[in-house]
Amino acid sequence: MDLRFTEDELAFRDEVRTFFREALPASIRENIVAGRHTSKEELVTWTRILHDKGWAVPHWPVEHGGTGWSPIKQYIYLEEMSQTPAPAPLAFGVNMVGPVIYTFGNEAQKSRFLPRIATLEDWWCQGFSEPGSGSDLASLKTRAVRDGDEYVVNGQKTWTTLAQYADWIFCLVRTDPDARKQSGISFLLIDMKTPGITVRPIQTIDGGVEVNEVFFDDVRVPVENLVGEENKGWNYAKFLLGNERVNIARVGVSKERIRRIKELAAQQRVGGERMIDQPEFREKVAAVEVRLKALEMTQLRVLAGEAKREKGTQDPASSILKIKGSEIQQATTELLMDVVGPYAMPYIPEDDIDGRNEPSIGPDWASTIAPAYFNTRKVSIYGGSNEIQKNIIAKAILGL
Amino acid sequence: MDFDLSEEQGMLKDSVERLLKDQYGFEARGKYRAGDTGFSEKMWNQYAELGLLALPFAEEDGGIGGGATETMIVMEAFGKALILEPYFASVILAGGVLRHAGSAGQKSDLIPGIADGSLRMALACAEPQGRYDLFDVETSAKKDGDGWVIDGKKALVLHGDSAGKIIVSARTSGGSREEDGISLFLVDGNAEGVSRHGYPTQDGLRAAEITLQSVKVGADALIGSEGGAWPVISRVADEAVAALCAEAVGCFEKMHELTLEYLKTRSQFGTTIGSFQALQHRAVDMFVELEQSRSMTMYASMLATGDDAVERARAVSAAKVQIGESARIIGREAIQLHGGVGMTMEYAIGHYFKRTTMIDILFGDANHHLKRLARMDGLIREDA
Repeated sequence: MDLRFTEDELAFRDEVRTFFREALPASIRENIVAGRHTSKEELVTWTRILHDKGWAVPHWPVEHGGTGWSPIKQYIYLEEMSQTPAPAPLAFGVNMVGPVIYTFGNEAQKSRFLPRIATLEDWWCQGFSEPGSGSDLASLKTRAVRDGDEYVVNGQKTWTTLAQYADWIFCLVRTDPDARKQSGISFLLIDMKTPGITVRPIQTIDGGVEVNEVFFDDVRVPVENLVGEENKGWNYAKFLLGNERVNIARVGVSKERIRRIKELAAQQRVGGERMIDQPEFREKVAAVEVRLKALEMTQLRVLAGEAKREKGTQDPASSILKIKGSEIQQATTELLMDVVGPYAMPYIPEDDIDGRNEPSIGPDWASTIAPAYFNTRKVSIYGGSNEIQKNIIAKAILGL
Repeated sequence: MDFDLSEEQGMLKDSVERLLKDQYGFEARGKYRAGDTGFSEKMWNQYAELGLLALPFAEEDGGIGGGATETMIVMEAFGKALILEPYFASVILAGGVLRHAGSAGQKSDLIPGIADGSLRMALACAEPQGRYDLFDVETSAKKDGDGWVIDGKKALVLHGDSAGKIIVSARTSGGSREEDGISLFLVDGNAEGVSRHGYPTQDGLRAAEITLQSVKVGADALIGSEGGAWPVISRVADEAVAALCAEAVGCFEKMHELTLEYLKTRSQFGTTIGSFQALQHRAVDMFVELEQSRSMTMYASMLATGDDAVERARAVSAAKVQIGESARIIGREAIQLHGGVGMTMEYAIGHYFKRTTMIDILFGDANHHLKRLARMDGLIREDA
């Protein structure tokens, strides 16, 4: 047992760190540091930079543009990216639908979609959740009825993240209403420009618009856009959700945020002293750091074990990563609220836009803190709520 | 990065686990505890035969040359079986002082005895007023001809009542809370002026309050340099914390296992209680704490033997915070999920709960280590 990075891994870490620092446009980095949302243009720019370097989809098979890095190196890559901080590549493409297509899709689908995912020429969004199907995803009702060479899709998806930018949506649709609920589901790729699709934004409590409702009204989808076999979509969805959990710990994001907390706490004065010098505040931060270090080690244990697992299967322990990772992300936004104090109050949604000329109210970093705190409540809900994760552990690991 | 055990480490784990599985059931433990010393001489000798008592010592000193991972393996197995023998006191604590500061003569005098089980030692480094601050030393050692004369009171000396020899920290210069000026001395357990008040601890182990009154020792009793013991004590304490974390992980593992067993067999309302989601989620909370503790113990074991004192202290304190918090969560959930029987002496679960509660206290509880970590700027800094 040796938990240190090898010389090779350390050299790799330095290489990616240096590249990210040098290649990321300063304005993109500053927006992230200031807590603003990354715009579509910024993410496209960054994805192209990564693609030119050959690093846009490192975890993909080499024949589709992957790098062949070990799981540990992939982890280092993501860690360094979030600590730069740089925006993460669009997960719906590179982590979700991409792996489904190269694992279960046909050759035509692979050559048509994969290159455009890697360059973000196609912006993908995820059509899984429905108003009546949240944690109980398999109860979904959106119907796809075969009509000649097409499926006719009717129904509604919701919580569709960044659908307002999307060129394509991957959907779970019911193709056999008579089968047991998991058995009658198919995995369809749908062009967002198809007539009959309506996107309606949902404003979240932070004031932002990240998620949408997507309505399907007699939307005609060519059968060639079916992934794998009809009625086998649930298997592909399980595969996809398993992949989603791997990166969900967000260790790097939380580390970066703790550095930010310490930096800001050094600027804040409370009762005549710097907040960072107050023992009780330092202890609150340290308590979160301990949990985060444990999570990082658990993440590495899961990754190291991955090399020995059957391909495409997930360590059920990865559910721990979701539970602890989301709790820690939420804890860091709570600490940020502690740091900012009264100037968390002004609600200035325009501050989310870079280059605003108005002078800020309070410290120029203050107005994005409360929205981030509100917004981060989502992380224990999405991707299978933490309670669902506990059900998974109880069943798959504890045998209850 | 590699989380796997080597072949030798795997064999060590198998052999110690097999020994304890065969001979250290909960009932056997009860008998061992009722004996004269409060533990099993027979098991102690078997540890010696397996080489466990020689494990961390260098080969040239008569040991096996095991590292942090080997200690972690053994302590975890001991935690699972809830052993009573003074392994931690003799091999980890006193043995740690000898490894880091003993002279060649002291090592060759003492380590073979520790390794073959004939000599049991203890470390007396805490005092009643010092709480968890091991530099808070009022016991004094004054020059007396060639040797020294020691006066003072040492607190909570683990297995101090049965130890043949005791390593005592005493002040040779400086004020009572200074890190400089502390020295370590080897004192015979039955030396004139040593009075030992032994007692059981909450977890069924033993400790002693030791009073030293004009205890005379020779010049060769000094271990390490005069007045320079603090780096030795803090290093041994850091390694001890890593070992305790591993023992706690073993306990947690067993507590989780016993609780799952109970959930799967106890029937109420016509079904096993493990089918109830409210209880399933509490069992998952235990599991998450167990795995997080295991992760932190690996991390602390890796860094506890490093030479960078600050890095070491940060890692060890972080791990002890995790273990202390997990001990509370796992302990309370384990008892709650067992219901009434969890409250009884005749069930194993409560004994694990008591041991892990004492482990939180030993060498600084979660609060103590959180403060220490916070003073050292935490784990995440600009440069790390």
